Amino acid sequence: MSVTVLLFGILAVVAVASGISTVMSRNPVASAMSLVLHFFTLAGIYLTLQAQFIAAVQVLVYAGAIMVLVVFMIMLLNVGREEQMRENPGYRTIIGTALGVMLAFQVGKTAFTDVAGRHVLPPGSAVTGTTEALGETLFKMYLFPFEAVSLLLLVAVVGAVILAKRKI
Amino acid sequence: MLQDFLNSAPIPLLSALATLVMLLDAMKRDGARIVFGFSVFSLTAAMAAAIYTMFLPDKTTAFNNMITCGGYGAYFDIVFCLGGVLTLLAARPFLLASNTEHGEFYSLILFSICGMFLIAHSNNLLTLFIGIEVMSVSFYILSGYLRTSRFSIEASLKYFLLGAFITGFLVYGMALIYGSAGALGYNEIYQAVQGETGARFPMILLLGMGLLIIGLSFKSAIFPFHQWAPDVYQGAPTIVTAFMSTAGKAAAFSAFIPILAVLTPESSSPVAAKIGMLLAVLSAATMLVGNISAVVQKNIKRMLAYSSVAHAGYMMMGLAAGSVRGASGIVFYVTAYMFMQIGAFILISALERGSEERYQNLEDYAGLAKKHPVMAALMSVFMLSLTGIPPFAGFFGKYYLFTAAIESGYTWLTIIAVISSVISVYFYIGLIVAMYFRESDVQEQDSRPGLAGISLVISAAGVIILGVIPQFIDKIAKSLF
Amino acid sequence: MGENNIVVSYLPLIVMVAVGFVFGLSNVFLAEILGSRRNKTNVKLDTYECGMEPVKTARERFSVKFYLVAMLFIVFDIEIVFMYPWAVKFRELGEIGLVAMLLFMALLFAGFVYVYKKGALTWD
Repeated sequence: MSVTVLLFGILAVVAVASGISTVMSRNPVASAMSLVLHFFTLAGIYLTLQAQFIAAVQVLVYAGAIMVLVVFMIMLLNVGREEQMRENPGYRTIIGTALGVMLAFQVGKTAFTDVAGRHVLPPGSAVTGTTEALGETLFKMYLFPFEAVSLLLLVAVVGAVILAKRKI
Repeated sequence: MLQDFLNSAPIPLLSALATLVMLLDAMKRDGARIVFGFSVFSLTAAMAAAIYTMFLPDKTTAFNNMITCGGYGAYFDIVFCLGGVLTLLAARPFLLASNTEHGEFYSLILFSICGMFLIAHSNNLLTLFIGIEVMSVSFYILSGYLRTSRFSIEASLKYFLLGAFITGFLVYGMALIYGSAGALGYNEIYQAVQGETGARFPMILLLGMGLLIIGLSFKSAIFPFHQWAPDVYQGAPTIVTAFMSTAGKAAAFSAFIPILAVLTPESSSPVAAKIGMLLAVLSAATMLVGNISAVVQKNIKRMLAYSSVAHAGYMMMGLAAGSVRGASGIVFYVTAYMFMQIGAFILISALERGSEERYQNLEDYAGLAKKHPVMAALMSVFMLSLTGIPPFAGFFGKYYLFTAAIESGYTWLTIIAVISSVISVYFYIGLIVAMYFRESDVQEQDSRPGLAGISLVISAAGVIILGVIPQFIDKIAKSLF
Repeated sequence: MGENNIVVSYLPLIVMVAVGFVFGLSNVFLAEILGSRRNKTNVKLDTYECGMEPVKTARERFSVKFYLVAMLFIVFDIEIVFMYPWAVKFRELGEIGLVAMLLFMALLFAGFVYVYKKGALTWD
């Protein structure tokens, strides 16, 4: 077993555990904190896939900024402990469980069939995820969409002001 | 580089002007009138730029093939700008009446049109995605523009949550297509799909196509992804609904046509045939569901929302046909639909005059012909056109689409379309009957539509002109492909 | 990519994460071990709030004004993220890269001016 696989294993276990804890926690703040841990492990998994920039953005934007928004939301709405909402095991639970089992089966089947060359990263993938490579593509090939993103951010600014400011 | 800017002139021009409108609004306190004037000027300038780029040679692209220039995109630019101008003219009296005029309304309309430009011009999935997001985010905000109205906020929240969810579908679809074709550019994807001639069409590619079609179907309110439309169109400010249900739908279809042309080239014909059949079934279901649901509606905005779902179904016929005739039929229909639907909604917004209770229900329109004969006459024109009665634009829109479907062998689809058109007579003509032949004892004071009158006259003129000389637009539409 | 390369190249990161964990956890236990075990009065066992007396629950409802600040923070945070790949390739990108970034920044600066002039940054 290589080091990468070992690292992935550790990160994956933590990621799944923190994901389950996010969904299961009755306390919304604990839920949010589990989500932070989940984001961090995801960043680690990105690193094992040689996607350094995405990993950094994952920490900066998701674990940082987006989580700030999530925690703000919890405080804005003053969500307390979630009431025990025991639903009857209706059709939703049954269908959900069935689909989950099917997904697990599919994933398991795919994971244990041996496809030649699956564990070999395609050539060049070791460098495509670096910040340098990204800068190269983003500012040469995808220059136009990059500029267009600024429009999207502007709309977001206007929207935040118009929806949340008391006096416009 | 400079040439690229000139070729794609409407996009950078309107982006810059929209930003200026936003700044102007921030700098000038109580200067909404100037902001309004400048916004209308901006749209006119963008329209002029679009006309200027209209006659570029075929397949001109700019910025590393990220966008196409001229022709197809420019035509849609003109349609979007036209819709924007009609909306803005009617928006000012509407906002003044409800005492909510802020410059942001105008800048958001302009930003959303920038997004539509990106959609219509996109030659790359990335550009398409950013365009869709710019447009959709503007729409989410505009739906919730009347912050003190519960309906408006509810509409905004519903639209946002569902839209964000569907964005996931869209991105996932794009990612799968990228994973299979190895590129995001339309040209490269076309090459890759054309290379797949064997019996085993890659599952990933098929899945990506499906998710992409789902995403775009949501944006154009195609069954079964239309459920949001009635709630959002009813709850959003009427003037915003007017814009969303016309320009927004036109933008979604302007993305649909090139995407499907790329994903179903001739050589992958078994898959292309299957996708054509899928689109035909969706189209038939959309028409029937939209029109049958519209029959039972009591609220006029809701009725028109369901009818807009049905009209998306008609437009989808052109996609199912998959021919030049079908595509040009959609282009014509989008233009006709722009005038008739925006006219109907603007008329409602003019009658509402800032109240969320006036003229909401169909029975409020009883006896309108006595109270406001001109308004009633205009509404009749729009309704007759929406039904598809000659000599109005709607008739020829349907005619082109129906013939396209028949030519491609979808006779059954055309029969369903005719049946659902007959169903739609019930509520469109029903409204006219109510306006002219029913009495109402509610007294009404005089109402002046103000600037909205200009919009209404332009819309009605558009409906009639397109109906009298449809060949003109049809010829232009055919020349785009 | 060599097998151990990933560990070597991210060694500082791994060490940092590990130190963070160990430091955080050890403090909890060290306080228990090293802390004085006498004089456990109510005041000493109280929550430490920078010298203030904790009077009520910390889970209070926040004003929506915070939301505006958070939203604006995210928008400009994303703007900064785009500057990383630009900065590392700054020399190779040359003037076009500079102009591209300036255009991007100019549009967002317009957004900033809008926010400032609208008074969204003041605490009204």
